[in-house]
Amino acid sequence: MLQVKEIDVYYGAIHALKKLSLEVEQGKIVTLIGANGAGKTTTLKTISGLLRPASGTITYKGVDLTRVPPEKIVGMGISQVPEGRRVFAPMTVQENLEMGAYLRKDKKEVQRDMELVFERFPRLKERRKQLAGTLSGGEQQMLAIGRALMARPELMLMDEPSMGLAPLLVREIFEIIKDINSRGTTILLVEQNAHMALSIAHKAYVVETGSIVLEGTPEQLMNSEEVKKAYLGG
Amino acid sequence: MPFTVYKGEVAIMLEFLQQLVNGLSLGAIYALIALGYTMVYGIIMLINFAHGDIMMVGAFVGFYSITLLGTNIVMAMIFAMIACAVLGVLIEKIAYRPLRKSTRIAALITAIGMSLFLEYMTIFLIGPQQKVFPHSAFPHKEYDLMGLLITNKDIFIIISAVVLMLILQYIIKMTKTGKAMRAVSVDREAAVLMGISVDKTISITFAIGSALAAAAGVMVGVYYNTINPLMGIIPGLKAFVAAVLGGIGIIPGAMVGGFVMGILETFVSGYGSSLYRDAVAFGVLVLILLIKPTGLFGKDTGEKV
Ligand SMILES: Nc1ncnc2c1ncn2[C@@H]1O[C@H](COP(=O)(O)OP(=O)(O)O)[C@@H](O)[C@H]1O
Ligand SMILES: [Mg+2]
Repeated sequence: MLQVKEIDVYYGAIHALKKLSLEVEQGKIVTLIGANGAGKTTTLKTISGLLRPASGTITYKGVDLTRVPPEKIVGMGISQVPEGRRVFAPMTVQENLEMGAYLRKDKKEVQRDMELVFERFPRLKERRKQLAGTLSGGEQQMLAIGRALMARPELMLMDEPSMGLAPLLVREIFEIIKDINSRGTTILLVEQNAHMALSIAHKAYVVETGSIVLEGTPEQLMNSEEVKKAYLGG
Repeated sequence: MPFTVYKGEVAIMLEFLQQLVNGLSLGAIYALIALGYTMVYGIIMLINFAHGDIMMVGAFVGFYSITLLGTNIVMAMIFAMIACAVLGVLIEKIAYRPLRKSTRIAALITAIGMSLFLEYMTIFLIGPQQKVFPHSAFPHKEYDLMGLLITNKDIFIIISAVVLMLILQYIIKMTKTGKAMRAVSVDREAAVLMGISVDKTISITFAIGSALAAAAGVMVGVYYNTINPLMGIIPGLKAFVAAVLGGIGIIPGAMVGGFVMGILETFVSGYGSSLYRDAVAFGVLVLILLIKPTGLFGKDTGEKV
């Protein structure tokens, strides 16, 4: 479904991604784990078109995404739950969800999808007229996920959805991710929380200083000495 | 029509209300101009110093619409709004967009350059003389409302300003475009992830802000009767102060700031001296910057467009 091939991405003089490659197969949950500053967010931003690779290709369903304007990429079926949630704080919960469906013209279906989001996250329904900035961290994360779902994505990019949440909420978020995937949405999940990510993924990559250093099934990675030492706390 | 004559405290009260009425029209004009400043600042963090000059171009388009095409004042205002919407979009595309990633000071200097360009281009094209807004387009009428003198100019300015502000509120609060404008002003990158085109949204913001300025320009023509190529400078600066007073980037702030500045100005010239009229605006600016730089409505989480 998505092939990232040997991309190089720079921030000015900083070489953030070095010939990074990865592949996401349709219907799967693929996780990209790595320490802070390894290049996870940069990878997702480059797929979404917010950053452009200096070299390399990103192919999605046969189309080279590096030539597509960023605001068109979501229309091709790729939505993102960005790091730090990035909800529109001074807008209401409902308006945030409407923004998620910005490119869609099928008004009736959008209404239906909003009801589905509210079914999935009843707390959002109670707060639909409230400003997003007044929600708790967990609720904001749910809003960010709901907003990304409103685009009806085939591929959802998620950037550390568990960041800053209490353990109970982290569990809930991972259950939600599994459920979204079981209903047909492919997921590329970026995480520092390797334990949880490996427990739900079908395939995993480890990124270090801008390059993939390991890849395999979650079982393979969980048993690897390097991963145990660096990411699973011994 | 014989006007009622009041004495004593009633007269003082009436005089006060009369100043208030006069201030409202001027305030409505400042508010409309301030809205454009604040909307543009909210979305690209630029003080568009050419904004007052767009207002001036609007006044001239209105003038020629009346004198050459023979339209009425409402049509003149609509033509001016359309012309300036296009002008605003072009200015952003040609002058500001290429600098979007450069320093703010570079953009600011370009805006000042654009302001001078519009002023002197207008002088080059039609000469520096002032033009008189034709009386035929707006036959003067006045009404006595329980002792208050109200002119049809005041009524026209206040009603059209209120209508335009209501339309603006509707666009920003209710329409998809308005929501996209807010989203871009809050978090441009997140807005792009929604599929919102930042370029298009910024263009729309310039179009709306410039159209409001154009309407204000036609109102200035009606209010003062005369227009000239440098007429945008002082009202532009005062409206800028109004936007800062309300909290730059905050739409209701610009409306309130505009009315406050207009009313303040009429009171100063009514009770003090019109010599101090212009000084007041800058006194207010200094005071805000000293006391509350974020403006009346400003807080860290305030909504910006
Ligand atoms: N806006 C930026 N400007 C300069 N360097 C950046 C910027 N964003 C990230 N970087 C650098 O790029 C590298 C990768 O960052 P990032 O992709 O955010 O890592 P991660 O998401 O894995 O924590 C880091 O070294 C970081 O310092
Ligand atoms: Mg990150």
